[in-house]
Amino acid sequence: MNSSMKFLYAAYAATWTIHLLYIGSLVRRYRRLKQDLRELKKK
Amino acid sequence: MKRAFPILATFTALALVYASYQALRVAPTDALQGDVYRIIYYHVPSAWTAFLLFFINFIASVHYLVDSNRSASRVAKWMVLAIGIGGCVVAYVTPLPNGMRPSVAATTALAITAVYFVIGKYFSGDRLDMLAVTTAEVGVVFCTIVLVTGPIWARPVWGIWWAPGDIRLTSTLVLWLIYVSYLVLRRFSNSAQTQVLAATVAVFGALDVPLVYFSIWFFRTQHPQPVIGGGGSMDPRMLHVLLISWMAFLCFAFLVCWLRYRFETMRREVEEAQVLESLLGDDRGPSAETGNPKVALNRSGQ
Repeated sequence: MNSSMKFLYAAYAATWTIHLLYIGSLVRRYRRLKQDLRELKKK
Repeated sequence: MKRAFPILATFTALALVYASYQALRVAPTDALQGDVYRIIYYHVPSAWTAFLLFFINFIASVHYLVDSNRSASRVAKWMVLAIGIGGCVVAYVTPLPNGMRPSVAATTALAITAVYFVIGKYFSGDRLDMLAVTTAEVGVVFCTIVLVTGPIWARPVWGIWWAPGDIRLTSTLVLWLIYVSYLVLRRFSNSAQTQVLAATVAVFGALDVPLVYFSIWFFRTQHPQPVIGGGGSMDPRMLHVLLISWMAFLCFAFLVCWLRYRFETMRREVEEAQVLESLLGDDRGPSAETGNPKVALNRSGQ
């Protein structure tokens, strides 16, 4: 692989890794909130 | 609205795939940099999207601060109108820095006015604060991408990962730090004034956005000139792909903001329910350990 292509793919991979990590954190927080909501509804 | 979300998600996914195909396959190779220049199709749209989100955060924060006071709100409206009209006049009457087009300066001034009134029409009270936190958080994500992809691009082109002291790079890093501080403040402050404090930080923090954007006009910097509205030039085919990438990124940002806004709405509903529960004297449940419903909520992830 051309060395400059390594940088190109690294940048694209980094972009989508950051986006996926953020969406993952959003989903995780959403699940916790849902759990809190369920616990509140139980009472 | 529930039906619109999957439609927009599908459209965004298709737009991102199409933009990536255009960026990697269709756009011509740069004569000087080779294929590595294609990082521009992720780096620049991410930067523009981050700036736009920080700008919306700024407008929402100003609204949040002034809307509770009728005279302040009136003064703000007149100021924004003056910025819109005055900006258009100044752009065409006074000489602008080399490379800056009057049409771009005038459009920016009008956009500030338009966004201010649109946000004021559709958002009010706590919804403004929710919009502010949403745009700040998603903006930080896009700004992180700019700060990560920039050095990856700089290494093969400039021969260094980072140019210490370069005004464009440093001001972008400062911008990122300001908005991270804003989010940290919101995450860990339990004061009743947190929203007002955060809005104030956002207003001052947004002052860094024009500094970042215009730094390449006013200072000698390693960073190239802007490709739109500035002294830089770009092959029309490359510009076309760049705009397609930006549109795809804007759709994606809108989608993520939508999710984050819904999460924030739900989080505040749960918070209100927990406060109500603690007021009713029920000490069972998630807030029982601390006795502070907000602390319990913070554990569930603000």
